[in-house]
Amino acid sequence: MMLALIPLLPLLAALFAGFFGRRVPRCWSHWVCCAAVGISFLLSANVLYEVATLWPSTGIQSNSVTLYTWLDLGSTKLTVGFLIDPLSALMMVVVTLVSFLVHVYTIGYMKDDPGYARFFAYIAFFTFSMLMLVMSNNFLQMFFGWEGVGLASYLLIGFWYTRPSATKAGMKAFLMNRVGDFGFIIGIGLLFAALGTLDFKEIFGRVDELRGLNVSLWPGVEWSLLTVACIGLFIGAMGKSAQVPLHSWLPDSMEGPTPISALIHAATMVTAGIFMVARMSPVFEGSDTALSFIIIIGATTAITMALLGLVQNDIKRVIAYSTLSQLGYMTVALGASAYSAAIFHLMTHAFFKALLFLAAGSVIIALHHEQDMRKMGGLRKRMPITYVTAVIGAWALAGLPPFAGFFSKEPIIEAAHSATVTGHTYAYWALMLGVFLTACYTFRMIFMTFHGASRYGESKSDAKRGAHKKAHGVTHEAHHDVHESPKVVTIPLIVLAICSVFAGIFCVEPVLIGDYFGAAIHGNYVAHPAMAELHAEWHGILDYFLNALLSAPLWLALAGIATAWYFTLSSPKSADRLARSLGGVYNALKNNYYVDAFYERVFVRGARSLASVFMQGGEQFLTEGVLVQSTSQLVRWGAQGLRYLQTGYLYHYAFAMALGLLVLMTWWGIL
Amino acid sequence: MPGLEPTLLHYLLLAAALLVISLVGIIANRRNVLVLLMAVELVLLAANLNFVAFSVYYHDLSGQVMTAFVLATAATESAIGLALLILLFRRRGTIAVQTLDVLKG
Repeated sequence: MMLALIPLLPLLAALFAGFFGRRVPRCWSHWVCCAAVGISFLLSANVLYEVATLWPSTGIQSNSVTLYTWLDLGSTKLTVGFLIDPLSALMMVVVTLVSFLVHVYTIGYMKDDPGYARFFAYIAFFTFSMLMLVMSNNFLQMFFGWEGVGLASYLLIGFWYTRPSATKAGMKAFLMNRVGDFGFIIGIGLLFAALGTLDFKEIFGRVDELRGLNVSLWPGVEWSLLTVACIGLFIGAMGKSAQVPLHSWLPDSMEGPTPISALIHAATMVTAGIFMVARMSPVFEGSDTALSFIIIIGATTAITMALLGLVQNDIKRVIAYSTLSQLGYMTVALGASAYSAAIFHLMTHAFFKALLFLAAGSVIIALHHEQDMRKMGGLRKRMPITYVTAVIGAWALAGLPPFAGFFSKEPIIEAAHSATVTGHTYAYWALMLGVFLTACYTFRMIFMTFHGASRYGESKSDAKRGAHKKAHGVTHEAHHDVHESPKVVTIPLIVLAICSVFAGIFCVEPVLIGDYFGAAIHGNYVAHPAMAELHAEWHGILDYFLNALLSAPLWLALAGIATAWYFTLSSPKSADRLARSLGGVYNALKNNYYVDAFYERVFVRGARSLASVFMQGGEQFLTEGVLVQSTSQLVRWGAQGLRYLQTGYLYHYAFAMALGLLVLMTWWGIL
Repeated sequence: MPGLEPTLLHYLLLAAALLVISLVGIIANRRNVLVLLMAVELVLLAANLNFVAFSVYYHDLSGQVMTAFVLATAATESAIGLALLILLFRRRGTIAVQTLDVLKG
């Protein structure tokens, strides 16, 4: 029953804040929600403690409990239940910890927002859905959580619903996720049709029955059922985890408040796809085609999105593209069958990316909702805590020792190197280049925001400044009064910074190399040797450090930082020159490779013209014209004829009655 | 006089004749609603005649009892009919049947 409390407490808090938040003092909303999520975190930590320390000695592999049978369909039962194993326990702790810190941070960030209680209701609801997703022991409940987090994401992107751009971004996220969900449903449906069960453990136990089964995609083309199901499931993951080509909703989702970008669009929800594939590892191991599809998509995402990160000027968009690129890394790890490397990177990424987002949020509130990095700079001295934590986050993201990213990113590159599926060489080189780009855009952001001369409020000339001061005296003064954020904002930063520093060095041995995951993650180490190679090459942390000094990624990352320093601080003009000389490429990057324009032109306009065909041909002509109008016309014509029978004269009716009586009597007489 | 005794058939024929007369009265009459009411009464009388004839024929009194009921009903019905007729006349100033066509479709 303690397990049920973990997701239910945030749900109850969400209901409280949602329904009563406006009627009680504002502080009630945050106390209730923070307390609920905090308790869930403690309970989850307790579960993780049991799983990590007590289970190995007793030999328990996993614990699947069914709480409630929702529908009994004879042979199938639709249930609500939890599957607790090392994988879900780790995810629960990551989700509740980041969620709790974001809740606390929100108290400071959203302090003056009129939708305060609503915001807490949404994020608590998100926490509930995410926990339902990671804890579920069957596909149906997972899908419920999957859609729940999608709904929360939609609501929160469009949180400032008076901004048209925010509501549009929310709509875009929702619609692109529908595309992914379509694939997800197909995957679930195929597995259900073949095995007749939605329960994870049962599916894993019976994967062998699926081998050799084929499905016909269209007449004459038969594919292995496992491959089609896996690709379907992975398309779901592509939507949720924003892989190319379903990625373009994530940068737009930055319209939402920054705590949301940290919690949903960096740390937890977007990693749901990665988690799902890792959860389904026994199924995915059955299809090399699906794995190479995954590794190619992941590598493409990692490299293309990192390039986009280089040219953004909005601080949140830089981090958003970085998230996309890091999700690509995780996806490559999945494709290389290094599931535990993917989950390990997921965990470290959750910490340092949430940290970077929250640090960005701290900068944004200090500058009164200014997000353009060209108008920042020199904040290092004014916001020391934000600066130090952001640098730690950036250091970890760039994969430099000794922080978290260093331990989680290198194994992924190694895994891509030693994988055997088609496309792994491409993935290896893409990731290598990605390391350079990651360091480059991350430190470009750090340098532009915190170093150099301060540029906030400098855009106006002195003459204008006087006039400006009269008109907007208060805001202008405030620009020169940039100061460190309050404690509710900095404490989550510090906690996340501590996690970003130590999550790597302390967790790498047990999680990645050790047997922490046990049977929770199933890899076919003979066919897909990536994990086995990692194990074989591991000789302790010290050795790992020394190896890293000699390996390419570390030097690539340092080169990236140097490049960023050169272009932002040393000679900013050369960056403009480079941008001009690469005109076409630069514009392509600025415009997200014209993917948005392409979608706009093909899908949005296509859907519109299809809709107008249906409107004119179907609705206006067929339904309205033929069915509705002609029916009423028919009735009108019939009535026109029949009304002559109704003369209104009594004797006519009497005559008709007598005649009728006569006819009836004759009829009966004959009978 | 044997042979000239009226049989059941005669009574029934008389009743049928009354019915036809009254129907013609209803259908052909276009002037007077009063005549219409009388024709309706005639229909009931024809029915009564049948009741009585069968009652005698079968030696069953219930037919004559029924006649009493029908007569009472007919009396009330004509009272209501006449009341309506007076109202109609007050409202429209005429009781000609062919002017009563407000139900025309």
